Amino acid sequence: MSLTTPSTVRALPHAEWGRVRQSRRTADKLMRITAAGFTGLAIFVLFWILGMLIVKGLGGLSAATFTQITPGPGSEGGGLANAIVGSVVLTFLGIVVATPIGVLAGTYLAEYGKGSKLADLIRFINDILLSAPSILIGLFVYVIMVEPLGGYSGWAGGVALGIIAIPVIVRTTEDMLRLVPGPLREAGSALGAPPSVVITSITWRAAKSGMVTGILLALARIAGETAPLIFTALNNNFWFSPTLKGGVSNLPVTIYQFASAPYENWQQLAWAGSLIITMSILVLSLIARRIVRGSK
Amino acid sequence: MTAVTDHMTVPGAAPQRKTPKGTFDIVFRNASFLSALFVLVLLAGIMLSMVIGGWPAFREMGIGFITSSVWDTQNDQYGAWPAIVGTLSTAFLALVIGVPLSLGIAVYLTQLAPPWFKQPVSTAIELLAAVPSIIYGMWGLFVFVPLFAAYVQIPLSNIVEGLPIVGTVLYSRSPSGLGILTAGIILAFMIIPFIASITRDMLDQIPSVLRESAYGIGATTWEVVRHVLVPQAGVSIIGAIMLGLGRALGETMAVTFVVGNANRLSASIMDPGSTIASRIANEFNEAMGLQLNALIALGCILFFVTFVVLVIARILVSRVKAY
Repeated sequence: MSLTTPSTVRALPHAEWGRVRQSRRTADKLMRITAAGFTGLAIFVLFWILGMLIVKGLGGLSAATFTQITPGPGSEGGGLANAIVGSVVLTFLGIVVATPIGVLAGTYLAEYGKGSKLADLIRFINDILLSAPSILIGLFVYVIMVEPLGGYSGWAGGVALGIIAIPVIVRTTEDMLRLVPGPLREAGSALGAPPSVVITSITWRAAKSGMVTGILLALARIAGETAPLIFTALNNNFWFSPTLKGGVSNLPVTIYQFASAPYENWQQLAWAGSLIITMSILVLSLIARRIVRGSK
Repeated sequence: MTAVTDHMTVPGAAPQRKTPKGTFDIVFRNASFLSALFVLVLLAGIMLSMVIGGWPAFREMGIGFITSSVWDTQNDQYGAWPAIVGTLSTAFLALVIGVPLSLGIAVYLTQLAPPWFKQPVSTAIELLAAVPSIIYGMWGLFVFVPLFAAYVQIPLSNIVEGLPIVGTVLYSRSPSGLGILTAGIILAFMIIPFIASITRDMLDQIPSVLRESAYGIGATTWEVVRHVLVPQAGVSIIGAIMLGLGRALGETMAVTFVVGNANRLSASIMDPGSTIASRIANEFNEAMGLQLNALIALGCILFFVTFVVLVIARILVSRVKAY
């Protein structure tokens, strides 16, 4: 029996004198090949998607994409300027809504709520909201804001995105505050600082980069959300009004509406928009990841 | 309010002495307590708004709302059955395809990958989760669907035509590439990063003494995975899978692009169908009156199904990294 040691093995090499049955060896080899193959497949799909975006999106990308507004049905040319600005505004609104609530709630869970049953429940519910379908949050905001206020608005869109962002920020804030060593807090308390001062000027400061990461991750999470915006901010093909009443143009819903439209310039713009939005989100996630790794 | 928060003070953590900054202290504590409560209010609000918004449809249709297959906007008759079946079957197919892939990836990352390779591969897998849902939809509709129709649906239909059972389940009457199975495949790739990264974290947490002792008595890597690691991490792996299920059930945009949006039940997984989320996304902006209530009632069903799945998932996984 020839003993070949697979080159990819990191585990202990097989003992030369071992009597390993062939079937065991085959099963092991099969598992290694399958596991590596599955990993390769997932990575292949990621690069396939990115490749598709670059090939199809780069062609539609031009200066006009950033300077002109979305074209009406049947008209020539056009760009995504209003959709890009709208997306930035909605995402920014979402983060503005979510950051104070998320950071304070995470602070409560990490600092005040230790050992309390209520805090445990809130933490559990927050974890559930973290993976709740975003379409339900869109429906929720439709019922509480769009219907009573009589129409789609950017405010409703911002609130919907904010609600999606809150659980992300709560979770990362709490996790990051928990990494701050207790003696730091005790040192602050020993100097006579009340808990609020200990938290704001010692704990928060120590966990700053981690908390910023949470906000970046939330940003990446909501920037590409489409489903909740269909029910709240909708979309339009013009510059939205400064009061954010009525439909507010945004990239994801524009992509959704333009992608399967019969006009070629619409399809081109949908691809260009997809490239812009995906690359921004991937860059955001990579930055957030780098900060986490840097702080560890 | 003070009375409520007072008993939650952690003994020892806060100095009991009054300080000049007392007011700010109380305001800060109450603000953070209220923010935390807001998380509970959110969930209750979502639940209430779904029940109240959907109530007229439930009242009008009764139990028929769940069991009926009619979705007739002209006569205001609404039944959710095809959408419920579509949601469950796409999610089930996503698990059937996604779970083995995710477990393979987790095993590769924790046991097989050379150390320098681990980080980039992990990042790539996690980036799959960062790609927006709508981009999966675009990829599915414009790249995957034509290939799937030409190289899987058409040849497969020719083979299975007329055979018992497989001839029904795998035969596509109109091989357009759209359908329940296509949605399941796209969903599988969307849930892989969640299941794989939680499983990876779970496997990493298992004390290496266990692995080493198994290797020490001559076990192969496969045997260590099968007999040591999987039994150790078993419950949390099931939790991770349930978490993936929760994602798959409520996924909207990608499914809306590729599921075909047909309101009929078909025995074949190659035929177009619809899911709860895709139905809502498709019809919501044109819906009025009872149809609107029926769509919110669909959302209500989706809410309760995902809620139960996610509660079980979170109990099983208890505390892992957030995504």
